[in-house]
Amino acid sequence: MPRLLPRRKRDTAAETPKLAPAGPPPEADNFLEVRGLTVHFPTDDGLVRSVDGVDFALRRGRTLGIVGESGSGKSVTSLAIMGLHGNTGARIGGEIWLDGQELVRSTPEQVRLMRGRRMAMIFQDPMSSMHPYYTVGHQIIEAYQVHNEVSGKQARTHAIDLLGRVGIPRPDRRVDDYPHQFSGGMRQRAMIAMALSCDPELLIADEPTTALDVTVQAQILDLIRDLQREFNSAVMMITHDLGVVAELADDVLVMYAGRAVEHGPSRTLFEQPRHPYTWGLLGSLTRLDRDRQERLMPIKGSPPSLISLPSGCAFRTRCPYADHNDGREKTEVPQLLEIEPGHRTACHLDIQERERIWTEDIRPRL
Amino acid sequence: MIFYLLRRLAGAVVLLLIVTMAVFAIFFLIPRLGGATSDQLAARYVGKSPSPEAISQVKHSLGLDKSVPEQYGKFVKGMIAGKDYDTGVRKVHCAPPCLGFSFRNNLEVWPRLQDRIPVTLSLAAGAAVIWLIAGVSIGVISALKRGSLWDRFSMGFALAGVSLPPFFTGLVALALFSYQWPIFKGVHYVPFFDNPGSWAWNLVLPWLTLAFLYAALYARLTRAGMLETMSEDYIRTARAKGLRERDVIVKHGLRAALTPILTIFGMDVGLLLGGAILTEQVYSLDGIGKFAVEAITQQDLPEVLGVTMIAAIFVILANLVVDLLYAVVDPRVRT
Ligand SMILES: Nc1ncnc2c1ncn2[C@@H]1O[C@H](COP(=O)(O)OP(=O)(O)OP(=O)(O)O)[C@@H](O)[C@H]1O
Ligand code: SF4
Ligand SMILES: [Mg+2]
Repeated sequence: MPRLLPRRKRDTAAETPKLAPAGPPPEADNFLEVRGLTVHFPTDDGLVRSVDGVDFALRRGRTLGIVGESGSGKSVTSLAIMGLHGNTGARIGGEIWLDGQELVRSTPEQVRLMRGRRMAMIFQDPMSSMHPYYTVGHQIIEAYQVHNEVSGKQARTHAIDLLGRVGIPRPDRRVDDYPHQFSGGMRQRAMIAMALSCDPELLIADEPTTALDVTVQAQILDLIRDLQREFNSAVMMITHDLGVVAELADDVLVMYAGRAVEHGPSRTLFEQPRHPYTWGLLGSLTRLDRDRQERLMPIKGSPPSLISLPSGCAFRTRCPYADHNDGREKTEVPQLLEIEPGHRTACHLDIQERERIWTEDIRPRL
Repeated sequence: MIFYLLRRLAGAVVLLLIVTMAVFAIFFLIPRLGGATSDQLAARYVGKSPSPEAISQVKHSLGLDKSVPEQYGKFVKGMIAGKDYDTGVRKVHCAPPCLGFSFRNNLEVWPRLQDRIPVTLSLAAGAAVIWLIAGVSIGVISALKRGSLWDRFSMGFALAGVSLPPFFTGLVALALFSYQWPIFKGVHYVPFFDNPGSWAWNLVLPWLTLAFLYAALYARLTRAGMLETMSEDYIRTARAKGLRERDVIVKHGLRAALTPILTIFGMDVGLLLGGAILTEQVYSLDGIGKFAVEAITQQDLPEVLGVTMIAAIFVILANLVVDLLYAVVDPRVRT
């Protein structure tokens, strides 16, 4: 659309601190590296600190699971990586490195050209994520043609091929169907086909199965895993479901109130978790092997307001061990520190003490 | 798709039939129920001082002396097949589509209306194009620049547009652009095929007057619709593909936002006669609207009846067109 009016002066420019120059590029192995990411939304009620200092790295062919309660900033983090906060007034800080390019400091156009081609995203709700007025095929073709100069016919063949690969029967016919003619599971498959249309090296799946029933869930997860093997892409799997994480993820990042509280290899996090919040998540897992699908030890209370976080440790208002910290939990934000190679936690509690609590107190009750 | 088309077409025909019944009821049945005798009824259709012979002739021509179903049959048949009127002075054959005979003017209704349809159609079509383009573009820009100076200004303007009637804006426009600065002097209707340039030039002020009202409404509607669709999940998907923002806005956002507007547009075009009445009065354009006003003030019932039928057909046709357009635009409707 032609610009009809002079560009409006950014009235927020004065308040927004200039981005600090980015640090050195990450080592080549880290296809995605996020450093000190912050995403803040100015609102009438105050500044919403949805993401407040998150860092992690992800290699090709590996899967990072991101878990945390609702509102912990999982989606906001992934939308920041995709550069999709453009119209929300979000203030983004920190660094996002994708294959050696820093995205926070790139122009919107540069990020757009990466979007869909080098990084793609699958969303939670396949019902509302597709445009109701265009055929499924058209929407896949569109995704392919933005980044590839191919004829309509070639793009169509590619779309049919993709639909077949994600397990849609009779793709040559279904390609002309509208989304409302697809079932939920089929639509999510089609969304995956759309996301994969340009062979992205980073795939972000934001709760890709929550809207689907259980058998379909398993199929979709299998599909993502198979495709990842085939393309050797890096996958970020965001979920509420620790079972999914256990099955798919190589590494796990646990988020609470916009911050990372624990990060490490998947096995370690399930076998030797070292943060009280992670224990809480494990404790509130529904166990299918018990008679009743009851939550064993749910975390008490609810997440804090992101506008006025508790001082110090954000989890202290709900943490059963808050009084074991000599008051430091109120004054000092615990930093995400390495407690063993590749395993980081953010908690003031003495590490030996945490080890003891886990082995003697928590694990036996799970 | 074919089924949908046939269904809509059949629906339109049924609706047309219902309209004839309603018109018949209003003009012939309800007065009867109200206690009017067939003579009194017939008298309303004759000139100022009716002679008894004239009345009985009119009564016979209109079939007022027959039973109700027969009357209705005659009424419909007359419209489709034509009808003979005997004014007492001369015999007139009213050729189909016969919308009646004005005993007051001693003329058939349809040919007189026929001359006026292009005027109103020109006015309505031009105004509709202007308001649709202007309203939608203003609305889209406002939505995309929500809270900006442009947004506040145009929405304030839109509020004015919605609350100011055409006879006010029309008179102001006339005073300014026809008298003060005579850019558009002596507005009158020039048939399109006589001189397209002067047709358009003369219609500029009437178009703008009529369009102003609706453009304001459509700007607000579009703005609300765009704000809603641009926050839909599928817009995020479109951006996630890496589409250009322009394509995201036009192809994904506007496409969805326009669909409900199309429905309203159909109804508004159908009901445009209301707005056209005022505009035609202000600019003395001899269109249907002005015809209706004259017919009503002169209590010329056959003419009022004719204009009512035309207006109803206009509404039905407009809705039919919109239904068909809707099927093109929204695939979910078709199946
Ligand atoms: N545009 C915005 N303006 C203001 N606040 C926002 C905006 N987008 C997100 N937030 C806030 O940021 C917080 C984190 O949201 P996010 O969607 O990342 O949570 P999540 O971890 O993905 O939760 P869920 O599991 O429910 O998807 C929420 O409290 C949300 O209200
Ligand atoms: S720092 Fe203290 S309050 Fe926070 S999680 Fe650790 S033990 Fe709990
Ligand atoms: Mg989310």
